[in-house]
Amino acid sequence: MKDNKNTRVVVGMSGGVDSSVTALLLKQQGYDVVGIFMKNWDDTDENGVCTATEDFDDVVRVCNQLDIPYYAVNFEKQYWDKVFTYFLDEYKAGRTPNPDVMCNKEIKFKAFLDHALSLGADYLATGHYAQVRKIGDKYEMVRGVDDNKDQTYFLNQLSQSVLSKVMFPLGHLPKKEVRRIAAEHDLATAHKKDSTGICFIGERNFKEFLSEYLPAQPGKMKTLSGVEKGKHEGLMYYTIGQRQGLGIGGAGDPWFVVGKNLKENVLYVEQGFGNDSLYSDGLTASQLNWVNEEPLTEVLECTAKFRYRQTDSKVTVTPIDNDKVKVTFHEAERAITPGQAVVFYQDEICLGGGTIDEIIKNDTPLDYVG
Amino acid sequence: MNGIYLDNAATSPVHPEVIKVMQKSLEEVYGNPSSIHQYGRKARQTLDNARKVAASSIGANEKNITFTSGGTEADNLALIGTALANQDKGKHIITTTIEHHAILHAAESLEKQDFTVTYLQVQSNGQINVQDLKDALTDETIVVSVMMVNNETGIIQPIKEIGEILKGHQAYFHTDAVQAYGLLDIDVDKLGVDLLTVSSHKVNGPKGVGFLYINENVKISSLQHGGQQERKKRPGTENVTGIIGFQKAIELAQAERDDRNLAYNTYKQLFLKKLESEKVSFSINGDLENAIPSIVNISFPGTNVEQLLTNFDLSGISASSGSACTAGSVEPSHVLSAMYGSSNDRTINSIRFSFGLPNSEDEVTEAATRVASIINRLIK
Repeated sequence: MKDNKNTRVVVGMSGGVDSSVTALLLKQQGYDVVGIFMKNWDDTDENGVCTATEDFDDVVRVCNQLDIPYYAVNFEKQYWDKVFTYFLDEYKAGRTPNPDVMCNKEIKFKAFLDHALSLGADYLATGHYAQVRKIGDKYEMVRGVDDNKDQTYFLNQLSQSVLSKVMFPLGHLPKKEVRRIAAEHDLATAHKKDSTGICFIGERNFKEFLSEYLPAQPGKMKTLSGVEKGKHEGLMYYTIGQRQGLGIGGAGDPWFVVGKNLKENVLYVEQGFGNDSLYSDGLTASQLNWVNEEPLTEVLECTAKFRYRQTDSKVTVTPIDNDKVKVTFHEAERAITPGQAVVFYQDEICLGGGTIDEIIKNDTPLDYVG
Repeated sequence: MNGIYLDNAATSPVHPEVIKVMQKSLEEVYGNPSSIHQYGRKARQTLDNARKVAASSIGANEKNITFTSGGTEADNLALIGTALANQDKGKHIITTTIEHHAILHAAESLEKQDFTVTYLQVQSNGQINVQDLKDALTDETIVVSVMMVNNETGIIQPIKEIGEILKGHQAYFHTDAVQAYGLLDIDVDKLGVDLLTVSSHKVNGPKGVGFLYINENVKISSLQHGGQQERKKRPGTENVTGIIGFQKAIELAQAERDDRNLAYNTYKQLFLKKLESEKVSFSINGDLENAIPSIVNISFPGTNVEQLLTNFDLSGISASSGSACTAGSVEPSHVLSAMYGSSNDRTINSIRFSFGLPNSEDEVTEAATRVASIINRLIK
């Protein structure tokens, strides 16, 4: 085995505090660290201002502090083809996509990993809050110790060959500690605000952004029993369980999105947070990845997350075919959304995940969900 | 791994003798050249000496040399300064698609001020077709700017021919000679050039200095306002130490010109031969016969610039590609796009290697060996 000095680790640096500390920790451990900034999206505005330029400038400052070489690589085309096209297609299909999962699968841990390896890197490191454990000749993906920051949800599509090449040096640290380390070393990004939202949309208005790419088709808002409740601005702007922006006044409990009818361009709404139509007892999922690369052949009792930063729910997973499972909830779940990821866990170990297709209630797919 | 610097066209190391005279000047010449006391006079004297040396290096009169902060400022002054001062004679400008951004972006800024700019295309050999220039000229044309040697490909433009064409036309002829200076024989009268840009740090002088040759017949507006320095064409206290260093760099370049041409040409041949003997698949962008010895631009099919430059740097080879970068990532070269079309792979798989004083025959051979092993690893 190579010693650290002769082990080259490419760190994917975003200009944020997490990847900065990732590089710092690896440097302290004596690795041959190379910082690389990935540019996936051109958001240059009419004044020529581009957040990527500012982020790269932070990468430069941190790498100079750490005395490591830094470079950039442009994956705008790959990102557009593999992530953004999927993102738009899912919205067109009335679903709510998860571009971060796709970005990790297709860009960060595929195109970018290949790039790192072409530079003679032994490993690719990122600032994700997750851990990799080698048991025998298999790699396990383990949750980050900071419950609030654990990012295995977004990493559920990683394979054994990818895990054998990645390092997540922050996985064993709470975010607070990462900030403290950054401040202690006076890193240029120590006090930089965490980025929020989908990377290519950033702080912008989501509706405005989406309308630049997809024509909005306004239509009717109805209850499941067919009572008209107003107009919607385009189905893609709404997601299951959404309360804001419906503009339905009147007495009683607030109104929520409970489903969509793409064919008739109708948005279904119902009243009350606890409305029964928001609840389901199962789902089907496809585009599955099992981290251990062993296809599921028998029923699996485990826990699952249906969205990021949710506590786990107990589920039973039943294989239907090679790339389809049925997931049965032990307790009814609210606002499960097609297009989002379902990710499976056995205690601290992330087993893998897939994309939510159908929502099931009483053994029947809910046709109103979309 | 030990570093090998093959990016001399980006900037070049300062010659030790230049450092010596600059240090001496910092210690001894601290007066302001505009002051009317002995300290001022001494500074003025050294400044005038430098001006003489700069002028004679291009066959010009010393009165026609304006020192600037470098090539970019000289280009801006040349293009915008003449455009603004001569707009009564017309508002048409001609330049090329392969100019340095100092010209291209200055031209764009003039377009926003209602000037019309014709950008001449280049042929696939990297040169403009002089017939295109003839066709583009109108009675409204007030300035033509064509670079002498392209910074990315090293391709030499037919400056003398252009000078001939423009004889008798009202348009002033500016050429950016930043990459040519020190290697090519430059005589402004023989070339028929009215304005000419030179930069110090490309010829082993300090950064932050350059000059613009401005023929006395040229009407030009200064772009900044202040004192009487540089005949009011470029106000601001002169960078005396930088200019003294520049002078030394010019003297050395003049004295060693033949030797440098010979040496850089040898480096280029050695480099290419080694790539061939290592069975690297590559092709040269532009015509080797029309290129300056110091620059070669090579396309490596099946690779991409970012992968190449990063790999090269990690193995100690410093080279570069297209000029502009956004957020550190390399944009496809506008020069190669102009030569081959923007969808041609050459725009994203080409590297400029540029040779200079710090190099040696052993070094360039070693560099080619490392480059070859990287390319052969990447495309296997």
